[in-house]
Amino acid sequence: MWDHEIRAMASTHAIIASSVFMATVLPAVFVPGFSVYGTHLVWLYSVSGAVTAVSVAVFWLLGITPPTKKHTLGYKLSRLFRSCLYFFLSCLFFHSVVVLYGAPLIESALETFSLAVLLTSLTTLRCLCVLGPSVQAWIRVFSRHGAMSVWDTCLQITVACTVVGAWLGAFPIPLDWDRPWQVWPVSCSLGAMIGFLTGLVGAPAWIHYHRKQLTYKSK
Amino acid sequence: MKIRSSVFASFVLLLEVVGIVLFLRGFFPVPVKSSLASKSQLSEQPLEPLTGSPPNSSRLPPPLFKRVVIVLVDALREDFVFGANGRTHMPYTRHLVEKGSSHSFVAKARPPTVTMPRIKALTTGSIPGFIDVVMNLNSPALLEDNLIWQAKTAGKRIIFYGDDTWVRLFPKHFMEYDGTTSFFVSDYTEVDNNVTRHLDSTLKRDDWDILILHYLGLDHIGHISGPHSSLIQPKLLEMDDVLKKIHSALISKEAEGSLPYLLVLCGDHGMSETGSHGGSSEPEVNTPLVLISPAFRRKAGMEKPVVVEQVDLTPTLALGLGLPISQNSVGRVIAGLLEETSMRDQLRSLHLNGHQLSCLLKDSISNYEKVLGFEQFRVAEKAHGNWMKLYLEGNTSEVLTNMGKKVLKQYLEALAAMSSALSKQLGKYDMYSMIVGMVFLFQLLLVLLLAMPEALCGAAVVDLPVLSAMFSLPFYLLCLLLASVHVLVCTSAESSCYFCSLSWGLVFAAVAFCSAMFCILISMATRRLPLGIKSPLKSSGSGWQLSELDILLLVGTIGHTLSLGASSFVEEEHQTWYFLLNTLCLAVFQDVCRKYFREKSASIDEEELIFTSKDHPSPVHYKADAHTEKWLALATPPFSLLCCRLLRSLNHTGVQWAHLPDVGHWLNSSEHKTVLSFLSAFCLVLIYLLVQRRCSWVSKVALALGLIGVYSYRAAVGNVLFPWQHSSRTASKGTVEARFVYVFVLGILFSGTKDLLRSQVITADAKLKSRGLWEIYSGLVLLVSLLFRSHNLPVLCCSLLIQTLMAQFIWKKLHYDAAQTTIMHYWFGQAFFYYQGNSNNIATIDISVGFVGLESYVEAPAIFLTALSTYAGPLLWACHLICYLSSERDRSPVALGHGCYCLALLRSVPAAAYIVLVTVLRYHLFIWSVFSPKLLYESMHLLITAGVCLFFITMEQSPTSSKS
Ligand SMILES: [Zn+2]
Ligand SMILES: [Zn+2]
Repeated sequence: MWDHEIRAMASTHAIIASSVFMATVLPAVFVPGFSVYGTHLVWLYSVSGAVTAVSVAVFWLLGITPPTKKHTLGYKLSRLFRSCLYFFLSCLFFHSVVVLYGAPLIESALETFSLAVLLTSLTTLRCLCVLGPSVQAWIRVFSRHGAMSVWDTCLQITVACTVVGAWLGAFPIPLDWDRPWQVWPVSCSLGAMIGFLTGLVGAPAWIHYHRKQLTYKSK
Repeated sequence: MKIRSSVFASFVLLLEVVGIVLFLRGFFPVPVKSSLASKSQLSEQPLEPLTGSPPNSSRLPPPLFKRVVIVLVDALREDFVFGANGRTHMPYTRHLVEKGSSHSFVAKARPPTVTMPRIKALTTGSIPGFIDVVMNLNSPALLEDNLIWQAKTAGKRIIFYGDDTWVRLFPKHFMEYDGTTSFFVSDYTEVDNNVTRHLDSTLKRDDWDILILHYLGLDHIGHISGPHSSLIQPKLLEMDDVLKKIHSALISKEAEGSLPYLLVLCGDHGMSETGSHGGSSEPEVNTPLVLISPAFRRKAGMEKPVVVEQVDLTPTLALGLGLPISQNSVGRVIAGLLEETSMRDQLRSLHLNGHQLSCLLKDSISNYEKVLGFEQFRVAEKAHGNWMKLYLEGNTSEVLTNMGKKVLKQYLEALAAMSSALSKQLGKYDMYSMIVGMVFLFQLLLVLLLAMPEALCGAAVVDLPVLSAMFSLPFYLLCLLLASVHVLVCTSAESSCYFCSLSWGLVFAAVAFCSAMFCILISMATRRLPLGIKSPLKSSGSGWQLSELDILLLVGTIGHTLSLGASSFVEEEHQTWYFLLNTLCLAVFQDVCRKYFREKSASIDEEELIFTSKDHPSPVHYKADAHTEKWLALATPPFSLLCCRLLRSLNHTGVQWAHLPDVGHWLNSSEHKTVLSFLSAFCLVLIYLLVQRRCSWVSKVALALGLIGVYSYRAAVGNVLFPWQHSSRTASKGTVEARFVYVFVLGILFSGTKDLLRSQVITADAKLKSRGLWEIYSGLVLLVSLLFRSHNLPVLCCSLLIQTLMAQFIWKKLHYDAAQTTIMHYWFGQAFFYYQGNSNNIATIDISVGFVGLESYVEAPAIFLTALSTYAGPLLWACHLICYLSSERDRSPVALGHGCYCLALLRSVPAAAYIVLVTVLRYHLFIWSVFSPKLLYESMHLLITAGVCLFFITMEQSPTSSKS
């Protein structure tokens, strides 16, 4: 039924996943001494940047974003501005949630904020791309039985995977193994990344195998 | 037999307590003890090999020292003396170590590195078991054979100044003493001045033989500000001066011809990087041991100190003073000290030590012949005899010296082997009792699990097939089988077993219980089985769909249980609970958002329904109410999150991050006394406002007066200030103020109980009953606010605040069922246990609570108060659960039964899993320092939960009676 959409989704995800891969490999050529643990923040920024750029480009080209009613430049600009604002607000939101979870408030604020940026670019950015800057739509998608298209379901899966990945990533921190990846926020961002990649692979697969059961209410 | 689920759950919990007690009895090994009832006596010493008749052969090596001064500095770490900073910290001592006639060692203290077990170890030479730490609460006189008793019996005059633990351990042993109490940990100058002020006069006198000084100040500094604080350096210099003073006084007294003196500097335990102690980390275990005497050879320079056991000091001192070695000592004499004496005396000393160790070995190990050291000792004894023969014949050749050296070496090897075999014996477990306890616990847990569908159904009645099980053939067969297994095990096992030593009646009861449980289990399982095959399809269609919250609660409970297998997760268990609690709050937040934003269309109908039914005065008013309610409900989870985050930084516990500065320390420092005063006053007012709502006016007044009493108690103790009181008064114990509060606590509890009884017996009035419950609850809150340290009052305050808000806006409004509410309460209770500064380490128990309102140590109230204040968090949340579940009118009457059942299940699962883990990990490196304290905490928690569940039963009675 949605074979076409599933194929599009799979290819999109493949492009995003490869961009993550490139963002991990390429800086090693340009930045001396680059490593995922050693220069973790650099890796974080490069991955977030790559995912942001590629997602925006791909979703814009595909035209998933809901069609705007008005086509004036002013409206588009305001949408862009709102998107940027939401992006920033979401960074702050993630930051405060992470601090509530026990991250030090002042000491490693930069690391915490970088993690928040990564989480935002993996989750909120996709929402912005797929649903546009509309809080109502977000709340609809993230409540029970709220998905109205294949892309909504896919969004649910990837966001849940990313957040759960980051959540699980916090568990090794108290262990007394003294490994480089136990340093804050390495394990969390790695967890988020692994969760995100799992979501990218898992979402099309899950939808493919459950396409019989999936029924969407039309608007 | 049909019983209500609350009764069922409580009885299961009580039986589990019995099971875990049995397990604990098997798990904590009984210390190695000599079978001889009396203490070692000089007349009973072994004969010197091959020397003929008694007057000759019972010759003992002459004492080496005339006087001994022992300077015990509490928490003296090895690197304070031998480390790189030792030269600046303790210059004189360091000079003696490097150039003086001294011997220096690193003495390894065995965990638990707590003062009292260490003093026992130093004086008896035995290694006190872990269970001695628990007995630390209450230290009766030491009845075991020990060095102090031996010295006193030999007519030595002993003087003691320092920690009064010694005075309690050795009453009437000292010719003169002055005990300083370590009650006020914040004092680190007065405790030491109390010791030093006696020094000058004592050192001038000649009428003593042994002087013991125990300095506490360093330990207190460690507890306050850690091993790197600026207070350490002056304190160590002070100790250095004390040592210098004693040393020069001893030198000036030294007379020609008489025996030399011995000056011992040692520590009872070290200090961890956070300044605490109790565990088994290197800095806690390694203590310096410096022996100074003119009898020793002068040192040429700093050598790396040899590592010895702390208990080795006991036989060494005993031989040095010419006393018999204590029976239970597992130490071996430090051979380096004897090297200046004659070969005959050296061999004789080692022989005495070896004989004592071999006797202890015979008494404590069944197959002692197989121990390597025992045989070595026999061989060495024989060789010693040969040497004696040559010696008595007057042989003085090279052969004799070489042979002597060989015998010496043999003796030392034998001593080392026997000593280590005895130490290892302490790690031996009574497996049979452990297994029986474990089987009990698991049978009970399985019954609990199998009864789940019935216990959580609408009727909340569990049908236990007790009678059918009792009258079935398998029951009797099993009884026979188990009894024969018991006889078989008890006759074959050579080591002593606690379960075997029980009386026959008890054993038979246990056997019958075990087989009955087994039959019940089988019949319940068969009853469930056909149902289990049919039901999934049916149930999945109906109400058994799990929401995200249910999944979280389930995963969290299971995940936490599994995490107990890793020592780091046990040490940092608070992190797990904080993490889960945060996630829970976020999940609740999501539920709230969903209710108020997404399901608007659905809720409008509902609102109208309520509106028509309740006949509200004005619709506009109602809309506004609903609006504020919505925002309050939305604000509650973030507010709880914020509270939790703030509380988290109040007390840092655990191991890895415990040393980071926290708000609690900041508040407790003397500069911030005014802030602490304001904060506690504010918290007490807030507590009053939150608690008084549902009490009768009498209780309100009593509560207010009681809370004022709490503040004045804290002011009397010296924690907080009254606004008009500027200079710091001398701190008193505040007994009067605390008793004043106790009176009100009892009054409120009494009035609550009266209301409850009246509602139960006479009127069956639900309102009266709920008021009674709330009064009991507020009495408990008042008691806890008295016991909590003043910097911990925000914990109490926040827990009350969260309880009020959650009950008002979340649990009621979102229609969470009893099971979900119970799990949330349990999680909150666990997290608050750690917020108040507890950890899974024995060292964080605040023992000073046991003295609140008491003039002296009285065992029963002290233990009760300490347990209450330690488990205040879980207890308060469980009590709130009872109040909440029974005050809900529209709730089904079985809610209490469901809550009780869930609480029992939540407690039994980790307890049962944990004892299996502990059994599997019983040879783990951290078994004593990490897993055993946690085991004690778990058992105590189980006991307290059983008590709470019994309270549940009494509360549940009324709905059935009121309905009928
Ligand atoms: Zn101590
Ligand atoms: Zn201490």
